[in-house]
This record gives sequence, structure tokens and C-alpha cells, in this order.
Amino acid sequence: MDIAYLEILIVAILVTTASVIPGVFLVLRRTAMLSDAISHSVLFGIVIAFLVVQDLSHPALIVGAAATGILTVALVEMLNRTGKVHGDTAIGLVFPLLFSLAVIMISRYAGNVHLDTDAVLSGELAFVPFDRLLLGGLDLGPRSAWLLGGMLLLNLLFVLVFYKELKVSTFDPELAEAQGFRPKTMHYALMTLVSLTVVAAFQTVGSLLVIALLIVPAATSYLLTDRLSWMLVIGVVAGVLSAVFGFAGAIQLDLSISGSIVVAGGILFLLALVIAPRRGLLSTLRLRRKQRSDFAGNLLAVHLLNHQGTEKGTETCQSDRLAASLNWEPDYAQLACRNLQARRLIEKDDGVITLTEKGAEVARATMML
Amino acid sequence: MMTEATVQQTASKPDLNAPLAVEVNDLTVAYRSKPVLWDVDLNVPTGVLMAILGPNGAGKTTLLKSLLGLIPPAAGKVQILGQPYAKVQKRVGYVPQRGSVDWDFPTTVLDVVTMGVYGKIGWFKRPGKADRTAAMGALARVGMENFATRQISQLSGGQQQRVFLARALLQDADIYFMDEPFQGVDATTERAIIAILQEIKDAGKTVIVVHHDLQTVEEYFDWALLLNVRAIASGPVGEVFTGELLRQSYGGKISFIEDMQRYRLGEDAAALQSSARDLPPWESWGGGEG
Amino acid sequence: MMLLDWFSDYTLRTVILGSAILGATSGALGSFAVLRRQALLGDAVAHSTLPGIVLAFVLTGTKTSLVLLLGAALTGWLATLLILLILRQTRIREDAALGISLSIFFGLGIVLMSWVQRQPIEHKAGLDRFLFGQAAALMREDVILMSVLAVVILIMLILFWKEFKLLSFNPEYAQTLGLPVRRLDILLTGLIVVSIVLGLQMVGVVLMSAMLLAPAAAARQWTDKLSKMVLLSALFGAVAGAIGTIISSSVSHLPTGPTIIVVVSVFVVLSLFLAPERGLVWDWRRRYAQRRSFAVETALVNLYQLAAQHGSARHPHETSAIEVMMGERARKALQSLQSRGWVQASGTDLWSLTEDGEDKARQLMLKEMH
Repeated sequence: MDIAYLEILIVAILVTTASVIPGVFLVLRRTAMLSDAISHSVLFGIVIAFLVVQDLSHPALIVGAAATGILTVALVEMLNRTGKVHGDTAIGLVFPLLFSLAVIMISRYAGNVHLDTDAVLSGELAFVPFDRLLLGGLDLGPRSAWLLGGMLLLNLLFVLVFYKELKVSTFDPELAEAQGFRPKTMHYALMTLVSLTVVAAFQTVGSLLVIALLIVPAATSYLLTDRLSWMLVIGVVAGVLSAVFGFAGAIQLDLSISGSIVVAGGILFLLALVIAPRRGLLSTLRLRRKQRSDFAGNLLAVHLLNHQGTEKGTETCQSDRLAASLNWEPDYAQLACRNLQARRLIEKDDGVITLTEKGAEVARATMML
Repeated sequence: MMTEATVQQTASKPDLNAPLAVEVNDLTVAYRSKPVLWDVDLNVPTGVLMAILGPNGAGKTTLLKSLLGLIPPAAGKVQILGQPYAKVQKRVGYVPQRGSVDWDFPTTVLDVVTMGVYGKIGWFKRPGKADRTAAMGALARVGMENFATRQISQLSGGQQQRVFLARALLQDADIYFMDEPFQGVDATTERAIIAILQEIKDAGKTVIVVHHDLQTVEEYFDWALLLNVRAIASGPVGEVFTGELLRQSYGGKISFIEDMQRYRLGEDAAALQSSARDLPPWESWGGGEG
Repeated sequence: MMLLDWFSDYTLRTVILGSAILGATSGALGSFAVLRRQALLGDAVAHSTLPGIVLAFVLTGTKTSLVLLLGAALTGWLATLLILLILRQTRIREDAALGISLSIFFGLGIVLMSWVQRQPIEHKAGLDRFLFGQAAALMREDVILMSVLAVVILIMLILFWKEFKLLSFNPEYAQTLGLPVRRLDILLTGLIVVSIVLGLQMVGVVLMSAMLLAPAAAARQWTDKLSKMVLLSALFGAVAGAIGTIISSSVSHLPTGPTIIVVVSVFVVLSLFLAPERGLVWDWRRRYAQRRSFAVETALVNLYQLAAQHGSARHPHETSAIEVMMGERARKALQSLQSRGWVQASGTDLWSLTEDGEDKARQLMLKEMH
């Protein structure tokens, strides 16, 4: 493979993995849309800083962007505290304004090679190999690789150092408060990290697709595991996979690389959504069908136990009659009968069904709930 | 005024074998596979004021909602006034939990009460003057006529509850379902509401209330259902409200029941009743909150 | 150019009229989106229309509004279904479900756009206008189409007014009344999607959600009646659309969508602060008045109690005596008491209670005791 392609791929992997680490917490903490707002409004800080320093890789951009990220969170909270608007409306009011101002400034003043609306939309992953980090004439590779590598390290470090605090404040903010973990500080720290990640990713994927990298692989991982540590690991794997497949697809078909990575991530998510063990659509469907069937069986078992030996307890598996005596739909009665038969919890004697010993046990257990 | 029609209606139909107000057979409601209600049988005669009692998580609200056709049952049959819910919905009034709506919704008290007739006036029509007059009447019954043009966000908890009650009254139903109407209301409102419920009952109609305050059961209600996923017992309060049955329904929360028994022995009676001294029910309803 | 000239220019008049209609429909429907707590659903739907627009263009080769908007509505609808599917079948919460759906569809849109750009297809340049909106691209036929749809939406709103109101306020109750809540829900959400799709040409997919929320959030501050809120919201949307369009067409390099959003955001900020009764300025005034009247009452009671120590409620005292008890607020409070006739000034800097003042002070002290 061409070395330039390799560099693009490495940067793509760095940007997805750097994003997925805070992303896991965004999904768990239900702040995905707040981070969407941040990813939009951070552009405001980037543009203002760019207009001042005229250099897209200047550190001032990072400061400006982080400040706007925090500003967004603070504005949303302030709006909510006034009680004049409800729920997510505040989010939906704040980021469009900041984003609009940013786009206007870009169109008016910055419409040049480095910062135009296309760059905002999808970034320029293809240009990665052209922007080198040179140190005393020594070529250290693409500048964005260093930037995103640094971001990845920072995110990793943050999660490793504050793992316990993040975990508690995510799952039980009140307990965190009681233990002096300051969930509010964690919240702002995480949002700052999100803002920084958005800036770091800006040149490569733009500010509109970042949200996809932040939450889609994390959500995929959420469908596959119950443990936070595994969720981080699987999230990173999903991120890497979407970078690789997206990159390959984009090169093959000559498409936007960042867009393809997002689509690849989306396909992975949809796959997980359908076939994930335990949480996928297929297995929940199967599970629910089984539960429904077992449930119907248990109901019938209880009925049989309650009326054992009496006339009301003399039932056959004839669904119409059974349904009538239980006030059920005939289909449901049949389902119950089949279930009990399959589980060998009833015996048939001349058509009349009676509970086996195990069946009676199940019925009793069901009644105990 | 608005009760006239119903009075005549009941008078012209002297049906001694009136169908049961509520008839439930083998009702089972499950969330996923977890049963919330299990094999519930229930017969409620017309003309009673019934409390649905049970500990938290007993399925009280779920039962109410399945009676109203809001939650589909896994199995079993529900009949209201002898028919499936869909056939009698115009004869049913409902008071949902106060907290189930957004009280900052841009609308007035009168407007909310008028919603009670939305089911009756049909598509594409607006409530007319007669409907608004009737709504004012319902508001007057709960002592809120001076609040008609108020925005609903300006109401206290008790006033919100009375608005919901007025809306149900406007439905002029034969059977009323109410979900925790006494939750978070002041003592005066509570007495006023129960007075109205008793009026409704005295007019031969049925009222079914999800209730959580055991201390007021015997004073307020004449019929009760003890529920804890299964129906433990139902019938006249005197028969149902016994220590043994309460213990069965409330399980581990014995201390509460012992408190109850002490109360019934009169030990705490004075303290408990002092909160509900005989204030004229409508007196403090007018101004109060600013 | 004078403002009047804008209205005499035929093309511009068309464009302004179009923007106003679009603003009005999204404003009206937005009220329901806000009240039903679907604020960000609009954002997800709007982003998700992008692939539909591009696909419709690729498949039909036309840029006719109607065709593109049908494509937009289709993927917007698919996105809502995906959100519902995720919410119903997994433990992923609403915010992430919205974000996922939005990301996937928008990413697909970006990919498709990059594909179209590299194809030798003619007239492809115009698709960009759906990203940030371009009112100038509105044609006469577009405006006619929009007007027709706007009228249809308006008629639906009038016909189902009471049902939509009840559905938004208390859906469960609506169901017990026998209203077909599910179908009404689909209808209302469908109308919201239509208004989003219509607005795309004006503000673009990225900012459309604000066009839905902002007029409604602003309108909510001015009224406590749903009908007025919807009308006002439509008005705000229309005015913002028209003003934004005029500004963006008179200044070069000013994209329409963001300009309109800035205008409508100004409406929101003004409303939040200034709207009578509900506005923040009124909150502050109320709070100030409360503090003020508290200070006045305190001064009155202090004066009474000081005087009482001398055996007469009318015994005069200097300002400084009251200042000792309540600080610098005393002088202003005493002057205010004087203007109400509860306190009279006797000699230089000496204050004593009047008869009314004495009564009032007693009342206040009695109230405090309770």
C-alpha cells in the first residue's frame, strides 16, 4: 500500500479511537445530544481563533474551541434553569445560533483554502499526508497523526486516572456526590474533553460527523456488553473496524473518506442491532416469543393446579373450549397447551390434561412469583 | 343542571339486575415476562365508592389502566358496565395522576375542563357555548369557578387535582376511575374531593380510586380491593379491611400495619384526626395561592 | 436600495414570500414539537433528509423541488422509524438513539454527495443549497408548491385542532375518551416532518431544527394560550424567514439559513427577557419589588418598636437610629413610607409614625406572629 494511504488509515484509526473513549460515557450518561450540540458550536470557537491567528493548527484554536464547548454546556444549563423552556429545547436553541454565526463568519471572512464550508461538513482526511510535522528539517509524519495521537493519549489517561469517579458518577450521581466525587466536575471535565476531541478531529472529519464517531461505535458496544471496561474495549474495536472498512470502501469507490467511515460504523451498529447475542433484535424476538409461550404455559399450569380434581380443572387441549373456560383467545390457549406439552409439564389421559409432578412444581413456583 | 338528564335516565331504567360496574376475569398483565398483575378476578357492583389498595409495585395503577383499556392484558377479560370498554367509553370518566401531564402547557383551567367533552362532540367540531357553560358548572362544583381563566401553571397541587376532577365530572359518566387523587393535596382539598366522590356515589354511580393512605380507607370508602400483584380480597370495606388480609397484601411492611392497628385502637386517633378538622370544605379554596 | 425596492423586485418578492410561508409552517408545527417534548426529533429528522434528497436527484436526474422533497421525506421518515426501533427494542436511551440515527443518515448523505460530485452529472451544483439553505434558489413553482402544502397543513391543524391539543397535553386521557391516539400521533408527526422538509430549502438540513424550535420557544413566552402560541410562532417564523432572506440577498457571501437562524435567535433572546409577565426582566422586577417592600415593612416595624420603648408609638427618631437596625436601606425605605403617608418627617431628619402608619405596623407585627 502507498505510504500516503497508510498515513490516512492510521489517522482515521486514531480519530475514531480517540472519539469512542469519551463517547462510551456520553452514551451511558445520556448526554449524546448535548455532545452533538458541542460538536456544532465548537466551530464558533475554531473560526474566531482562526480569524485571529490565520492558522488552522495553531494551539489558540484548541483554547477557543474548548471555551465554546464549555460555553455551550453552561448556556444550556442556564436556559434550563430559567424554567422558560423545557427539556431538550435549550440544546436545540443554543447550538444552531453558535453554528450559524460560525458559518456566517466563514462565508464572509474566511472562505479560503483552509477553512470553507466543505471542511466543516466532512473534513479533509485525504489531505492528511500533505500537512507534515517538521522538526528542524526532520519529517515526523502527518501533523494530524500527532495531534490525534495526543488526543487519544489524553482521553485514555483521563479515563484511566478517573475510572472510578467516572463510573460512580455515571451510574449513581447521588452516591458519587455523597462520596465527594463531584459528579458536576466530572460532567464538565468530560464535556471539555469532548470539545477538545472535536477540535482535534475537526481537520480530518469536520465538525458535523464527529458526533457519529463519538457515539455510534460506543452504542454498538453497548449492545454487546454489560461491563464498562468491556464496553470501552469493544467500542475501540468497533471504531477501528469502521475506520478500516470505511477507508477501504472510500478508496475503492472514490467517496468521502470520513463519510464512509461513519457509514461503516452505522452498518456495524445495525448489524449489532440485529444479531447481537442477547440484546440483538433476533435474540430478543426469540426470547420474547419463548417468554410469552412460557408465560402462557405457566398461566395454564396455575389454572390446572388451582382447580385440580374439580370440574373446572378438567380441561382438554381443545383450544376453543379451553379458551372459553379461561377467558382467553383460542390462539393463546393453544400456545399455552403446546408450551406445557413441549416442557413435559402435562400428561394427556383420554384428551384430559393433568399436571405432572414437575408441572405442579412449576405452577406452585409461579404462584409464589 | 347537568345532572338532570342522568337522573331521568336512571329513573327511566329501574334495572334491578344492573350489570356489574366492573367485571374482571383472570386478568393477567405482564411487562416483558414479569407479571405485574396475576390472575385477577374482580366484581364491583354499581353504586360503590371503592379503593384499590396495595403496597408500592402492587400493580394498582396498572390495574386501573387495564380497566380503561390503556394497557393490553396478556390474558383475561375486562367488562365495564357489562360491556367491553370500547362500547362504554362515553360513560366512563377518568382522573389521571396529577403528575402525568405538563402543567406548564399553554392553556387555561376552563380549557382543560372542557377537554372532558372532546370525546362526545365528534370530529371537526369545537366545544360550543353550552359546553363551556357546563364546564363552568363542573368548576363550580369543585369550587374553582374563579379560576376559569387562570393559566394552569399558576395552580397549586390541590387545585390541579380539582381541575382534573372537574374535567371528569363534565364527562357526566356512570363510572369514574381515579388514580391517586389525594396525592400531594392539602387536607381541605382532600375532604372536598371525597365529599364530591360521595355525592357521585349517592347518585347511584360508581367510583374506583387508587388509594395509598390506609388511615382514611374506612372513613372514605365503602368497598375495597386489596391488591398485591394478585387480588388478595375485595368486597365491603368492613370485610376486607382486616389485619390478616392487610398483612397478606402488605407482606413485610408490618410495622405500618401495626401503626394502623394502634390507630384503630384509638391511641393515635386524636393526633391523626386533628389534621382533618371540620373546616368548611370550600372556604380556603378561593384565594390561598397567589 | 430602499426596503420598498425589495418588494417591487419580482424575483425577490417571490423569494421573500416563499421564505415567509416556510417560516410560518415550521413555526406553527414547531409549537407542537416543543410542547410534546420532541425538540430534538426535528434535528434528527432534518439531518436524515440529506441522503433522500441526493438519492432522489441521482435516481431521477431532476432538481424539481417536489421530487427532492419526496426523497427527503422518505429518509426522514425512515430515520424516525429507526429511532423508534432502537428505543423499543434496546436499552439505548432517547438522546443516543437520536444521535445514532442522525449520524448514520447524515453520514450516508455526505457519502452520496461526494459520489455525485465525482460523477459527470450535469446541474449537480444546486444540491449544496440543502446544506445551509439558499432562498435565492426558490422558483415561482416552488413557492406555489409550498403555498399549497402550507394551506393543507393549515387546514389539518384547524380540522384536528382539539384532538392535537389534547394529544399534546394528555395523550392517555385522549385514549380513554376513545380518540384514535396512535393515528393522530402519526398524523401530527407526519405534518411536522412535512414542515421540516419544506423548510430545508430555506435553512438547510443542519439548522432546520432551530427553525422548528426557536419561533415556538419565543412565542411561548408571550402567551398562555395554545392558539395564540401557534399563531405567534407562525408569525415569528414568517418574519424571521423574510428578514433573514432580505439580509442574505442584500449582502454578498451571506448564506441564507444561518442568517435566518440568527434573526430568529434574536427573537428568542428578546422574548426570554422582555415578554410581559414571563420574561426574565419581569422576574427581576418582581424580585426587586419584593425586596423593596420587605425593606419598607421592616423600617416601619423598626420605627414602631423604637418608639414603643419611649412609651408612645409616635415618638420621633433620626434616620441613623433606623440605619443601626437595617443598614443603608433605611433612608430610602423611610422616604417611601413618607410618600405612603405612614410616616411623617418632623424637623430635620426626624421621623415619626402617622396614625395610619401605627395601624399598619401593628398589622404587620400581628401577621409576623402567625
